[in-house]
Amino acid sequence: MAKKRIFEGVKIADFTWLGVGPIAMKFMANMGATVIHIESVTRPDICRVSPPYKDWKPGINRSAFFAVYNDSKYGITLNLRMPQAQKLAKRIINEWADVVADAHLPGIMEKFGLDDESLRKEKPSLIHVATALQGKTGPYSAMPGHGMVGVSLGGITEITGWPDRDPTVPFGALTDFLTFPHMLTALIAALIYRKKTGKGQYIELSQLECSAQFLAPPIMDYMLNGRILGRMGNRCNYAAPHGIYRCKGEGERWCAISVSSDEEWCSFCNVIGNLGWTKESRFVTFVGRKENEDELNAFVEGWTVNFPPEEVMMRMQAAGVPAGLVESGEDLVADPQLNHRGTHVILEHPEIGPHIYHPPPYRFSKTPNVLTMPAPCLGQHNEYVLKEILGMSDDEIADLLVAGALE
Amino acid sequence: MPKRKKNKGLLSDYRILDLTDHKGIYCGKVLGDLGADVIKIEPPCGDPSRNIGPFYEDIPDPEKSIYWWAYNTSKRGITLNIESADGKEIFKSLAKTADAVVESFSPGYLDRLGLGYAALCELNPDIIVTSISPFGGTGPYKDWKADDLIGWSMAGQAYVTGDDDRPPCQISFPHSYLVADAHAASATLAALYYRETSGEGQHIDVSMQESMLWTTLLLVQFWDMMKINLFRAGSRRSMGTALFRLAFPCKDGHVGFLIAGGQLASISMPPLIKWMAEEGMLGAFEDKKDWEAKDWTEKVDAMALTQEIVDAWEDSLIKFFASKTKAEIYEKAREKGMIIYPVSTTEDLAENAQLKVRDFYVQVKHPELREAITYVGAPYKIAEAPWKISRRAPLIGEHNREIYEGELGLSRDNLRILKETGVI
Repeated sequence: MAKKRIFEGVKIADFTWLGVGPIAMKFMANMGATVIHIESVTRPDICRVSPPYKDWKPGINRSAFFAVYNDSKYGITLNLRMPQAQKLAKRIINEWADVVADAHLPGIMEKFGLDDESLRKEKPSLIHVATALQGKTGPYSAMPGHGMVGVSLGGITEITGWPDRDPTVPFGALTDFLTFPHMLTALIAALIYRKKTGKGQYIELSQLECSAQFLAPPIMDYMLNGRILGRMGNRCNYAAPHGIYRCKGEGERWCAISVSSDEEWCSFCNVIGNLGWTKESRFVTFVGRKENEDELNAFVEGWTVNFPPEEVMMRMQAAGVPAGLVESGEDLVADPQLNHRGTHVILEHPEIGPHIYHPPPYRFSKTPNVLTMPAPCLGQHNEYVLKEILGMSDDEIADLLVAGALE
Repeated sequence: MPKRKKNKGLLSDYRILDLTDHKGIYCGKVLGDLGADVIKIEPPCGDPSRNIGPFYEDIPDPEKSIYWWAYNTSKRGITLNIESADGKEIFKSLAKTADAVVESFSPGYLDRLGLGYAALCELNPDIIVTSISPFGGTGPYKDWKADDLIGWSMAGQAYVTGDDDRPPCQISFPHSYLVADAHAASATLAALYYRETSGEGQHIDVSMQESMLWTTLLLVQFWDMMKINLFRAGSRRSMGTALFRLAFPCKDGHVGFLIAGGQLASISMPPLIKWMAEEGMLGAFEDKKDWEAKDWTEKVDAMALTQEIVDAWEDSLIKFFASKTKAEIYEKAREKGMIIYPVSTTEDLAENAQLKVRDFYVQVKHPELREAITYVGAPYKIAEAPWKISRRAPLIGEHNREIYEGELGLSRDNLRILKETGVI
């Protein structure tokens, strides 16, 4: 008998797009929920029309960017500007869904007649979870946005880079990825509450407020001590050496090393053969190493450049010194640890072909996370969902098609 | 049975034992702020993460670490040496009353103490144990050590962050374990939900490296789809074609903006160019002053733009933004619905108008300091059972008497002996 999964029987109508909502609902699907992802041909998810595309050929169903956030879901298309489509959306919610998720700007769901108040008035057990860059209320909530500028608003760009240079940007839509685990937390807490009381509720998240959790100490440092956190390059107050060092090889070959105790320092010195400079009095104490950190880093790199980064990492880790390869996309795909853990899962997508998907970053001992199917092509499951899940007749479906509601 | 302290909150039925150090610090806070009874169990000298700065009034003191405060709200705190025989027995008594244990020791450490998931199951068959570790509990790297920089590097972030003429670069405040902890909290709740359905507990194995990988999946996808390694380029970003700037200097700092193309460009470019025209600073956009949204959607494909065109556009924008402050640009962006945001400092975040209107920051009483201190507030607004910081982070051993004497029923004499032998 197949193992049971956590959210078996939980039904989610997923009106989200871009990063936060789709990933959170995909995780729910991997943990056993049934998710219908509702899109529109008239307003496709920007991830669908962004690279990387299979073999550089753009196409609405060819972006892996969209695919890996939306596996294990049924996909349908509704043109919610049309009353027939709105009626159908309401039917999905009223007759089928336990959870509605949305990631629209304030006013959009309302415009479609899917405002929270009337949804939950008709169905008090419904959980509605909504996310937006700055939340659904307040003077800045109507601004469009995405995580690639969310990192700037959220204070992360400012503290990434070198003190003598302009800020750099951390990779990607980072605030999306700081937010979606919180969306799951709030939703699952509400599901527990519903299990105990039968009551649904409304939950609202702001990416800005989620990402601020990750900067809580420096924000409080400003409030309490008036200190504004600046860019520190690769420095860290409690480790030295602490940096990313060039290693042997063509191109970008780097290894990170972090030494934060006397014990690790001794092990580090042993690994590099107790070179003469390690015995200099200025490097013997932690305070000395911090005071002479530029010279220290130059000496460390003088050693690392003689070895490939994998060898630096292996030798340091074998001695108990934290060290790690600076992994490129290619390295991540080949990473022995990630592969051992089953982090890369190949699914056969109808248009992209076989490509890499990923489970949530945790394993349960009794309930497997399962990637049940690749991401849907646009509107792929219209017929299945309408007929098999909602039990609609061919005539009803034909009417919707003719009216253009399924676009 | 010990009497449970009831908090009003979504999770007030649950007790969580928090054995984590800085690697798991945020998980228990998430659960505690939702109402769970979280008991932080520290070594008798206190958790080493109390030594992480910044510090209140810059006084380096284990009771004044702002880092510790920020991530231990809504927890009670006891001290216990779980390596001692007495400590193990006490921990087992506590585990019988708990719904979940969260830990961030090296994989296998609790098993060697006889306190791992299997052992705890014998005492409390439906217990949940959540383990947070650098690389997960299985695999060739499971025993490796990693701090934030290592996680940042081994999940790919470092490779794509930083100026191209210097080494790859970190964020100047550690993120990696906090990300893993946010995942660990949701996974713990998922297991609690499953237990409500099935009566079964289970073990959860959370990998920091995999958690961070969810911030860099595009790197994997670009390699998988196109055999391209994305690379670092300062405040610019390649999406496989030209480099696009994401942070532009302005009069008093920087603003975040991306020209892009297609649908994304259609939102911001027409109003932005109109604004540049009003100020007589059109620059390279002279020929696009009459373009409407649909023109940007239809005529500008980001993947087809040459670096020369992108550079010319961005140079004009840099000149324009240089004449404006962050606040001026942000206000105009709000008015016109443009996707342009300030590059906020921690000061900007503390003063952020939207956060103020939404009552984001909250006051938490510190009776020992005779003051209330402002904290970062809720990551979510939950209607039925609001998020709440029920108490400030515990002092070292603050709840020893309350829990050992009041709940486990240890005698005052025994408590004294346990203190004198270094168990608590």
